[in-house]
Amino acid sequence: MTDRDEGLNRRKVLECMTWAGTGVLWTVAGGVPASLGIIDEAVAAQQKGFTFLQISDSHMGFDKPANPNAKGTLEEAIARVRALPVKPSFMIHTGDISHLSKPSEFDDADRIISEAKLDVHYVPGEHDLIDDERGKLYLERYGRGTKGAGWYSFDADGVHFIGLVNVVDLKAGGLGNLGNEQLEWLEDDVKGRSSSQPIVVFAHIPLWTVYPDWGWGTEDGARALGYLKKFGSVTVLNGHIHQVMQKVEGNITFHTARSTAFPQPAPGSAPSPGPMKVPEDKLRSMLGIASVTFKQNEQRLAIIDTPLQS
Amino acid sequence: MSKMKSLRDVVVAGVAAFLLLAATPARAEDATVKIGNFTFGPQELKVKSGTTVTWTNEDDIPHTVVSPNNYRSKVLDADATYSFTFTTPGTYKYFCSLHPHMTGTIVVEAATGSVAPPQ
Repeated sequence: MTDRDEGLNRRKVLECMTWAGTGVLWTVAGGVPASLGIIDEAVAAQQKGFTFLQISDSHMGFDKPANPNAKGTLEEAIARVRALPVKPSFMIHTGDISHLSKPSEFDDADRIISEAKLDVHYVPGEHDLIDDERGKLYLERYGRGTKGAGWYSFDADGVHFIGLVNVVDLKAGGLGNLGNEQLEWLEDDVKGRSSSQPIVVFAHIPLWTVYPDWGWGTEDGARALGYLKKFGSVTVLNGHIHQVMQKVEGNITFHTARSTAFPQPAPGSAPSPGPMKVPEDKLRSMLGIASVTFKQNEQRLAIIDTPLQS
Repeated sequence: MSKMKSLRDVVVAGVAAFLLLAATPARAEDATVKIGNFTFGPQELKVKSGTTVTWTNEDDIPHTVVSPNNYRSKVLDADATYSFTFTTPGTYKYFCSLHPHMTGTIVVEAATGSVAPPQ
């Protein structure tokens, strides 16, 4: 989906731009393309409610034609975070912090992201686990207090957050993979929780099947979601595919965030999912961040995707 | 005397040439696989035992070449290569551990030409 898919008229878009100060806002409430009414609601919620940010796929070290300056666009994204009128409670990073798991790449990411002055909760992407010891560097930096390959959960403002790792031990011909150990941990982690507690699950590769031909899905994702069926509000946040996509299925809202580094093509629209080279003046409209607002008594979280430039 | 010497020289040269040949297996059998557009090409490759296969990543995204229990490359960034010499006949399925939908097969035939059963 793109900005133009929603039914905003020009006046409303201009109002959004006024509020955002820079770009067109992509607003989704529960995956339903929003009217300005809902944007107003989201803005209001942002002023009162509990908001956190999602950032994804910063790929420090990437320098290919699709974006020779991934460091610069991450800096722009963080500047955008700092400029938010209301400070979010924290940030989640849904993986591919680095391009090649090099210490210098993690250093760059940490230095730039720390400028946001927010706590950051990470999960790894497949690019973060390709050091010679296959994930040791990631776990040393980001794995404190996590289980297994780096999964964990925490509570914030009454919402239960679950960070999952679906980029380890992938099988030939398959998709993303959580594995039995992690799934058993997840089942146990949510057991005994009130079904009225909102749940936010975040992982790198989409937990739902977006496009299996390109590996965009998680082999055992359905089993994970099965453990979350009883909850009234479940929001699943992913990265990996470098574009905004969403879907609502029952009580579960799925959403993927843009990358801050380079765009990837829509499913099946190119020979491969490789980095997509777009005209220089279009690049920043295809990179960005997402803010997520939780409002008490609302079943669905309001998700606002903000490109670096409209 | 001079005749003897020249004969001996010929023999020595012959032996040396034979040793040189024996120490240098036929290079013609070396083979390449290109990694491009998230695919291995050719997807299936038949080689004789003793062949060195070299994979070259022509994508802008890193890939790996992994045949579980047989061989595993380090991560290959753009233009990087990985080589493996196949000395045992068999069918070697491999994939990219980062993008597991990318799969390929190397079929190694005995140098005499017969194909060993799949491993």
